[in-house]
Amino acid sequence: MSHNHEHHHDHHQESFISKYIFSMDHKMIAKQYLITGMIMAVVAALLSLLFRLQLGWPEDTFPWLESLLGDWGKGGRLDPNFYLALVTMHGTLMVFFVLTAGLSGTFSNLLIPFQIGARDMASPFMNMLSYWLFFLSSVIMLVSLFVESGPAAAGWTIYPPLSALPQAVPGSGLGMTLWLISMTLFIASSLMGSLNYITTILNMRTVGMKMTRMPLTIWSFLTTSILGVLSFPVLLAAAVLLIFDRSFGTSFYLSDIFIAGEALNRQGGSPILFQHLFWFLGHPEVYIVLMPALGITSEVIATNARKPIFGYRAMVGSLLGISFLSFIVWGHHMFVTGMNPFLGNVFMILTLVIAVPSAVKTFNYLATLWKGNIRFTPAMLFAIGLVSLFISGGLTGIYLGNAALDINLHDTYFVVAHFHLVMGSASMFGMLAGVYHWYPKMFGKLMNEKLGYLHFWLTFAAVYLVFFPMHFMGLDGVPRRYYNFTGFEYMSEWMDLNRFISVSAILGSAAQLIFIWNFFYSIRKGKDAPQNPWNSNTLEWTTPVERIHGNWPGEIPHVHRWPYDYSVPGAPQDFIPQTVKDDDLPETLRAPKVAPAPEHATAEASTTETLLFSRFLNLFGLKRA
Amino acid sequence: MMEAAMQGNMAPVKKRQKLHPKEFLMWVFLVSVFMIFAGFTSGYIVRRADGNWVEFVLPVGFLYSTILVVLSSISAQWALIQARKDNLDRVKVGVGITALLGIAFILAQLNAFNQLVEIGMFLVGNPSGSFVYIITGIHALHLVSAIIVMFVIFANVFRYRVHSKNLLGIRLGTIYWHFLGILWIYLYIFLLIMN
Ligand code: HEM
Ligand SMILES: [Cu+2]
Repeated sequence: MSHNHEHHHDHHQESFISKYIFSMDHKMIAKQYLITGMIMAVVAALLSLLFRLQLGWPEDTFPWLESLLGDWGKGGRLDPNFYLALVTMHGTLMVFFVLTAGLSGTFSNLLIPFQIGARDMASPFMNMLSYWLFFLSSVIMLVSLFVESGPAAAGWTIYPPLSALPQAVPGSGLGMTLWLISMTLFIASSLMGSLNYITTILNMRTVGMKMTRMPLTIWSFLTTSILGVLSFPVLLAAAVLLIFDRSFGTSFYLSDIFIAGEALNRQGGSPILFQHLFWFLGHPEVYIVLMPALGITSEVIATNARKPIFGYRAMVGSLLGISFLSFIVWGHHMFVTGMNPFLGNVFMILTLVIAVPSAVKTFNYLATLWKGNIRFTPAMLFAIGLVSLFISGGLTGIYLGNAALDINLHDTYFVVAHFHLVMGSASMFGMLAGVYHWYPKMFGKLMNEKLGYLHFWLTFAAVYLVFFPMHFMGLDGVPRRYYNFTGFEYMSEWMDLNRFISVSAILGSAAQLIFIWNFFYSIRKGKDAPQNPWNSNTLEWTTPVERIHGNWPGEIPHVHRWPYDYSVPGAPQDFIPQTVKDDDLPETLRAPKVAPAPEHATAEASTTETLLFSRFLNLFGLKRA
Repeated sequence: MMEAAMQGNMAPVKKRQKLHPKEFLMWVFLVSVFMIFAGFTSGYIVRRADGNWVEFVLPVGFLYSTILVVLSSISAQWALIQARKDNLDRVKVGVGITALLGIAFILAQLNAFNQLVEIGMFLVGNPSGSFVYIITGIHALHLVSAIIVMFVIFANVFRYRVHSKNLLGIRLGTIYWHFLGILWIYLYIFLLIMN
């Protein structure tokens, strides 16, 4: 390997613009993604507070709403059209802008080059372009909040005809157009990011970094990107057809439906077609949101339980399994569209199969924690919180996956509860775990731990108080996306609960201010971070605290082991970084020279049966390979 | 500087994997482009199975464009081979012909659109016709981008930027070109079977 480039990094002075604005450095781009994602999260949370206000106090008037929202808050009451717009924008911002771009963009950019031992991404230029397209699309989406007819109001899933007919609701006009423009840019940005991540991971690993030695974070970014490359183009195709329906009068999704007694001048379109195309992206998308969070959790849990991750191969296998399955289950969002019951059954069975790899991951997390020497850092708490939320929310997925049950539960608050726990909150917890854990790497400072604990407990309580009761409302048939429930006798009993949820949501959101304060305060005033604050094995902690261009001042370290050698008996410390050679370890720990097996060689099996059996156990990670 | 620093990192990888990262990037990009059309064609199948579908015969104009696209791939490949041999004049001819055939392809598609209009299939109307316009139109847009790439390569040959030691650009361009050709043949056969 040629090392004659070692000193390139400390060359000329960079201008402010090339360092902070049009930066091509993966670390800076990661921070740009994080900050943009945080801004979008704040906006999305504020929007949700507005509609929670409506749901909690449907009869009351709030004069300040009128001064804040103008016509949308006339007489201190939220306008019903604007309610739908708020729900739509909240979902769109959270799912795509915060938990897709904000999460993947931040941590894939930060960690991929660091953890595989590369100086930067395969194409730093495309990386920069990807961020700026994302930025542009964020701006357009935010601008749509301020147009006179209001932002898009067809739900984050933008089903036609609300999205296809400009005259349908106020938000179907300019608001929807801006939504489509913004999402088109977003898809382009996300594709560029994914292309880069995949290429970098597969092509630019340092010496010794075999695929089987990659931290699980990297595996999860890889599978996430593969999902993105395969599914976002399909959303683009759906959007193209939608744009033609809206602007050129084609009939892909629209037929001669009657509106106010008049037949629409279209023929032969089918709104169900949109649902197929949308959910072909939509279901993988929920895993695009979740998988990076799972990867972060694996890393944080292993490091802080001071134990090797349990069932590494099973973890990788279940990531691959989930990715594969997520392409063939989209029909479970469409059980009530009148699909052929046989097809419904196929989707049902495939959907329930997803529970298997999900359960494997859960058990492996629990087994990793089991008898660990646990350090409860804020990051660790959020990671454990993710596991809890993943269980609570995943279980309800199995209910929804049953077509017969889903006919009752579809479009009720049960679904809202399900995906807010398993996707919204779990991924958000993963993201927060990541921020707490890699903050020292991003800013060279430590965040305040006490505030971290406070933030965790308030947030953890809030998400359960907000989302758990929604299950009961859903079971009672309370539909989602309704402006108010006062007109329905059987729902009146939920009024108090709704108010309780709204109060919890307000308090939970307020708790996020602690985090925001901690985040920005620590950038300037935080304690200086040591190079390897968590005694972690992975490569990013071998780089200097001062985040230099090219990441390592000298040559890129070589890798000699997997990343999870924690608490190895007989080792000098309770962790063995990936860069440590076997020869530097005490005699007893060296791998036998004869069989250059992976770090943790498969146990000898005397007979074929035991061999097969141990293989089988291995499959589920039940025996550490 | 980043490029240079990265090459330090590339060297050991070369042994394991011959593919240049940019070439790999190109392949993943092609996968995602393909997925757009997988979306369109599977949407087509789903929508068609629903009934209320106007049948028509695919105009012969699309056959002409198919022939053009095959020819253009041959010339593109020939140009690449000549670049490997440093026959720069022939590279210019090959790349130029490829770009011109690409333009001819676009014109042939427009001609086929005219034939569609003549048999009464418009962009606006039954989705069976709209799909043909959208699918071929979006493919043509990609081909326009490929024609621009060919022009860039053409200019680069004159500036001695394309030769046996510097093949990456022309190789990526050719891969993209072949891909769009094969994609078109897939789309053509698909539409042929469906109509
Ligand atoms: C055991 C695994 C899971 C199963 C069986 C499952 C099943 C389902 C089903 C059947 C629905 C449709 C409900 C309806 O609309 O009637 C649904 C909705 C949803 N699921 Fe899951 N799910 C699982 C895990 C997940 C995970 C891990 C995520 C995200 C990280 C997720 C995110 C969502 C979202 C966002 C929706 C609602 C989309 C919408 O209508 O707005 N699910 N789930
Ligand atoms: Cu789903």
